[in-house]
Amino acid sequence: MKINNIDSKPAILALEDGLVLEGKSFGFDIDAEGELVFNTEMTGYQEVLTDPSYRGQMVVMTYPHIGNYGVVDGDEESDNIWVEAFIVKELCRRFYKYNSVKDLDTYLKEYKIPGIEGIDTRFLTRHIRENGSLKAVLSSIETNKDVLIDRAKESPGLEGRDLVTGVSCKKSFFFGEKKSRPSCVAYDLGGKRAIFKQLSERFDLEVIPCSETAETVLKKGPSLVFLSNGPGDPSALDYIISNVKELLGKIPIVGICLGHQILAQVLGGKTYKLKFGHHGVNHPVREVTGSQVDITSQNHSFSVDLDSLPKDVEVTHLNLNDMTCEGLISNELRVCSVQYHPEASPGPHDARKLFDFFYDFCLSGKCDS
Amino acid sequence: MPRRTDIKKIMIIGSGPIVIGQACEFDYSGAQACKSLKEEGFDIVLVNSNPATIMTDPEVADFTYIEPITPEIVEKIIQKELPDALLPTMGGQTALNIAVVLAESGVLQKYDVELIGAQLPAIKCAEDRLLFKEAMREVGLDLPKSEIVESLEKGCELSQEIGFPIILRPAFTLGGSGSAVAYGFEDFKEKLSWALSESPVNQVLIEESILGWKEFELEVMRDLQDNVSIICSIENFDPMGVHTGDSITVAPAQTLSDREYQKMRNAAIDCIRKVGVECGGSNIQFGVSPHDGRMVVIEMNPRVSRSSALASKATGFPIAKIAAKLAVGLTLDEIPNDITKETPASFEPSIDYCVVKFPRFNFEKFPEVEPILDTQMRSVGEVMSIGRTFREALMKSIRSLEIDRYGLSDPCHEIFSDLHGGKLEEKIFESISIPNPDRLWSIARAFRLGFDFEVIWEKSQIDPWFLSHISDLVELEKNCKVPGLLEDYDSLRLLKENGFSDREIAAIRGVEESEVRSSRYKLDLRPVFKKVDTCAAEFEAYTPYLYSTYDYEDELKDMKENQSIIILGGGPNRIGQGIEFDYCCVHGVQAVSEAGFESVMINCNPETVSTDYDISDRLYFEPLTLEDVLEIVYREMPKGVVVQFGGQTPLKLSNSLVESNVPILGTIPDSIDLTEDRERFSELLKELHLTQPPSGTATNYESAKKIADSVGYPVLVRPSYVLGGRAMVLVHNSEELSRYMSDAVKASSDRPVLIDHFLEDSIEVDVDSISDGNEVLIAGVMEHIEEAGIHSGDSACSLPPYSLGPEIVEELKRQTRILSKSLGVVGFNNVQFAVHKRQVFVIEVNPRASRTVPFVSKVVGIPFAKVATKVIAGKSLKDLGFQSDPLPKYFGVKEAVFPFKKFPGVDVILGPEMKSTGEAMGIASTFGPAFLKAQEGAGCKIPTKGRAFISVRDEDKAAMIPVAQSLLELGFELVATEGSYKSLLSNGMDAEHVFKVKDGQRPHIVDLMEEDQIQFVLNTTSGVQSIKDSRSIRRTSLLRDIFYCTTLSAARAAVGSLRDLDKNEITVCPLQSYHSGKFH
Ligand SMILES: Nc1ncnc2c1ncn2[C@@H]1O[C@H](COP(=O)(O)OP(=O)(O)O)[C@@H](O)[C@H]1O
Ligand SMILES: Nc1ncnc2c1ncn2[C@@H]1O[C@H](COP(=O)(O)OP(=O)(O)O)[C@@H](O)[C@H]1O
Ligand SMILES: [Mg+2]
Ligand SMILES: [Mg+2]
Repeated sequence: MKINNIDSKPAILALEDGLVLEGKSFGFDIDAEGELVFNTEMTGYQEVLTDPSYRGQMVVMTYPHIGNYGVVDGDEESDNIWVEAFIVKELCRRFYKYNSVKDLDTYLKEYKIPGIEGIDTRFLTRHIRENGSLKAVLSSIETNKDVLIDRAKESPGLEGRDLVTGVSCKKSFFFGEKKSRPSCVAYDLGGKRAIFKQLSERFDLEVIPCSETAETVLKKGPSLVFLSNGPGDPSALDYIISNVKELLGKIPIVGICLGHQILAQVLGGKTYKLKFGHHGVNHPVREVTGSQVDITSQNHSFSVDLDSLPKDVEVTHLNLNDMTCEGLISNELRVCSVQYHPEASPGPHDARKLFDFFYDFCLSGKCDS
Repeated sequence: MPRRTDIKKIMIIGSGPIVIGQACEFDYSGAQACKSLKEEGFDIVLVNSNPATIMTDPEVADFTYIEPITPEIVEKIIQKELPDALLPTMGGQTALNIAVVLAESGVLQKYDVELIGAQLPAIKCAEDRLLFKEAMREVGLDLPKSEIVESLEKGCELSQEIGFPIILRPAFTLGGSGSAVAYGFEDFKEKLSWALSESPVNQVLIEESILGWKEFELEVMRDLQDNVSIICSIENFDPMGVHTGDSITVAPAQTLSDREYQKMRNAAIDCIRKVGVECGGSNIQFGVSPHDGRMVVIEMNPRVSRSSALASKATGFPIAKIAAKLAVGLTLDEIPNDITKETPASFEPSIDYCVVKFPRFNFEKFPEVEPILDTQMRSVGEVMSIGRTFREALMKSIRSLEIDRYGLSDPCHEIFSDLHGGKLEEKIFESISIPNPDRLWSIARAFRLGFDFEVIWEKSQIDPWFLSHISDLVELEKNCKVPGLLEDYDSLRLLKENGFSDREIAAIRGVEESEVRSSRYKLDLRPVFKKVDTCAAEFEAYTPYLYSTYDYEDELKDMKENQSIIILGGGPNRIGQGIEFDYCCVHGVQAVSEAGFESVMINCNPETVSTDYDISDRLYFEPLTLEDVLEIVYREMPKGVVVQFGGQTPLKLSNSLVESNVPILGTIPDSIDLTEDRERFSELLKELHLTQPPSGTATNYESAKKIADSVGYPVLVRPSYVLGGRAMVLVHNSEELSRYMSDAVKASSDRPVLIDHFLEDSIEVDVDSISDGNEVLIAGVMEHIEEAGIHSGDSACSLPPYSLGPEIVEELKRQTRILSKSLGVVGFNNVQFAVHKRQVFVIEVNPRASRTVPFVSKVVGIPFAKVATKVIAGKSLKDLGFQSDPLPKYFGVKEAVFPFKKFPGVDVILGPEMKSTGEAMGIASTFGPAFLKAQEGAGCKIPTKGRAFISVRDEDKAAMIPVAQSLLELGFELVATEGSYKSLLSNGMDAEHVFKVKDGQRPHIVDLMEEDQIQFVLNTTSGVQSIKDSRSIRRTSLLRDIFYCTTLSAARAAVGSLRDLDKNEITVCPLQSYHSGKFH
């Protein structure tokens, strides 16, 4: 019978706290470990899979049918699938759309990423909500549950780890056309293509590796330095923080997501780990001084501690669900950043106007050099 | 922005009687709006002519006007109440249209009433198809190519440019009235003239066809700070060309990539901003090409809608409630999300299950029309189901429909089993390419017969994602037959996860349902219950809104025995079972809580108030089948289950529930059984010395003839195996009887035919009562306007009786009491009588809440369903303070509303089979004005002058004379056909002669009607031939909105009320004043 997953191998998802779920394997037949997060978006799985910020994480999709429109050329956010493993209620193994090129199972196999389906993803989501993000191991090879639980416990998790180096580009490159517009140098900390695309529509954009020194950047003399999104623990990235510190006050700097968390630390603030993070496309974010609420795309496990920010840094946006920090600005130091993803992809385009703000912000005054 | 303080009193207009395209979803939205604004401290003035609604309960609004929703009446109410604002977006198209009229005629300005929620220009921009198209073009949105036409000539000219097929859509109508698809020129001409006449502004959009494209809807909310969010996306299973109301739809959208979804989302936001709906909810429809993704906007509804009710139930986000708050100035971020409590309403719900809405049709009630679906809505109700997968949800929705199908098994396989080869292929292709209510089963059949996936896709144009799931389900059917299935946990579980009901598995396997169930229990294979929480479990949910699924974790925790009482709902609306029963259920639930129990509601109808998670302590959105109810009972361990509020649906389950040891509260099911079993019931009546019309049961023509001869013609005949007046026919002689027995019913020994003597010229009476086992409270005695023979649901009725004498009323009460007592009724009992020559006959006993309960409650001012619930829960009538039967000092009249306009070609004549979808009520200190208001509320304005056409059957000729006399006195001119003309003349009355259509001479009566020369039609007929001959008269009356009576009694009442009107003007008065006795 061709239905569903009837012929698939069994697979086991074991959590560090001892919870074990059994399902069916899909994708590549290989073991994986990582931190479990759930994602509540109902569309956009391809963007999720290819978002480098998910490095080190296994993603549970809360919507039960995943893969419905196959894989579409051009919907990827990078050249790779970064999630450690993909966890769904039910995978669609077919593709029909006029613009889809393959099915999701094949796609995951190509990138050697394993998946598990047929488990109660709502249960797992509630478990994560109650207990926080947990480390886990997925295997379709090992069948001893205790062994797998131990492996989950021993796996490194996110905290204190630099995951950025592994996802950043190795060499700098220009993105989009060069049209003698203001220039932007973007640190690639695991940046999504949609961000670079938005920037390149406004700036002559050069993307540089995460380890590039401040000196090199200053030499390029850009109008704007951009810090991208990226994976993992923002407090484990001292080398980036110190580079950015050297740029502070010299060139306007803006950041998104991980970039925002780095800037906060550069400014003297701290970050902390959220219980289970924000991973979805339905988060209400309001300007602190305004009445406009944007429905935003979010993907972060860490957050900027509001109380840790120095007085001269102004908090610009708040998440209305939990009142966490979503944006900050220092006009004096010419920096601003947001925690959410104004580029969307996936998610609503409400906040795309923020890139215009970045543009104006960059041009509206000079930094002393 | 906090709520506005400059307004205090707000008027809300409801949607009036239930009609196709406008059903109880507007009771749900209107009731929510009232509650939500009252909560904010506003005074609410409510206008709605529909008594069966929760919103017209006297405690929902401060001033409740059950009055016709016409500009004149609403103006009177405004004049009396002087509201500060009018919220027009809660009552469907009816409320919106009235608001437009009142705004444009200056009434709102005159009384300084502000429109809130949607301003006039926004309403006009969204509703006027031309303005809308222009607006969409301005913001760069794509649309199907189209032209607006206001005349037939122009339309014909433009049709060549657009090319066939062409879609016709009249402006300012609801449910697609008058809309159609034309495939060729002749077809086009005919349909265009109809469409032009359907549009109140004689405007029709003719449009490029995008038949077969994918259809989507987005539910959008906007607040006064211009924050916009999308509450729900809905994808239609049936592609473009089938009205969304008639389509199977699925939430969320399944086959859009994020890129495509966001494009649609942006378009929706641009659309609501451009149209200028300043706050509230709107519904926007899109078409998407499956070939290249081209997206076009189809239409926008600048108000809450059927889809917004669905979206609210599908997500847990109460659109109407929030929309009402936005209308008074609050913003989305200031309103908390009820379900999560901690997070605000300014977000977009995420769901972690799949929702399927399935429409319910009633084509069997209109055998003259072919069951084909197009751009005009024809479904009369719908069900919604929730599952963790599309397949599970789809299978649940099928068994929710109550059409005696429990899965995809072939309901028509007899028709197909005789066909082979090319013939079979042709028939199958036809059944999947022409949209019809059985299409889903036809597709399953095609898969079962091994047709190619690609071919089924091409023929049906249904998205292959959906088709693949149907194909999977058909594939799984094979598993049902595998030996050992019932002992194999994994295999049985696979079927259950895919939504297979015990009954379906049993049917495919050829065993009893109970066998599958007990095997399942042995394997301890049970569903779990999960919550609907708006957020895919991201936050904790505080509202127990639940659905069952065969998944792992159960979210029902800490259940205790004997704490709850379960009320079974009424399932999908259909003709014969509508909002009235939902009204009773809601009251039942409320009274259960008042009585100190946890109230539990089970229902699957997304349009209703009962499925609002706010109403009960626990809501299970589940099919009302034995299996699904038993699973809930198993977890709830309730004190008992109440089956008498949800109409026929729960009643049908009561025996099986008893067999499964489920405690039933109230009247014992055996009594219910007794009333449905002809023999047992006759015996009981004999014992009680009550009279029934003489009757008998026949299995062939000979025995039928014998019975008919002995009981006397005319006789009412019906097949015993069909419920609810279906296929009931009046037979006048042995020839008709012979035809009926051989053609119509194919009677046999296991399918006997029931034959009753038909009581001609008798008055039908409904009596509603409540009994606590000792005492019987007569809630109301309702005298029908139409004579017996017209189904009680289709007849107008008056409370109190307007012509029966007190002795008869006492006798009816006495008989009702005796019946209630001897049946051991605890709770409601409804008895239908016919009074023939002052003799009382019992027609039928329904020991349950009847269709008239809300009407009686509204008129009398006592919430009888609550009283009944408390009695059922153990209180006595005396405890509750009832000493004597209530008797209102004013009159309430109920009138039925019919869907004939939606079914071209059907006759509008009434009979023993119910055809109405809804009702309106009129209330006044005397009968006349109350009747007139009821008529007006039902959309039939009684003309006060003009020409009256009279054509009555011979039996009515004598009785017609006084009616004609009154018409003359009222200033009407009379026009009559031959026979009636002669009797008028011979009684010394002036009349004009007119030809019948069949006379073959012009101008005939229909010509006059089409030239607007007739204002009042009185046409009674009997006998197959004369009914046929006069059908065009009635059809024309209907289409041209000419007031018509098909019974003499209705004409008598109409004329009587005009006489009354002559004396006093129509006044309006809130229900609360009637109830407190201050209504003059
Ligand atoms: N251009 C078109 N081509 C094919 N089908 C159409 C077209 N426009 C509308 N329809 C179909 O007709 C139905 C009713 O049209 P709609 O404009 O939504 O009217 P209503 O006001 O009755 O909802 C839609 O749901 C859609 O399926
Ligand atoms: N013997 C009769 N004489 C006249 N009218 C009858 C008789 N029996 C039934 N009717 C008419 O038929 C209608 C439907 O019959 P009823 O038995 O009440 O069926 P249902 O179950 O559909 O309510 C009644 O409302 C009444 O008007
Ligand atoms: Mg529509
Ligand atoms: Mg009846």
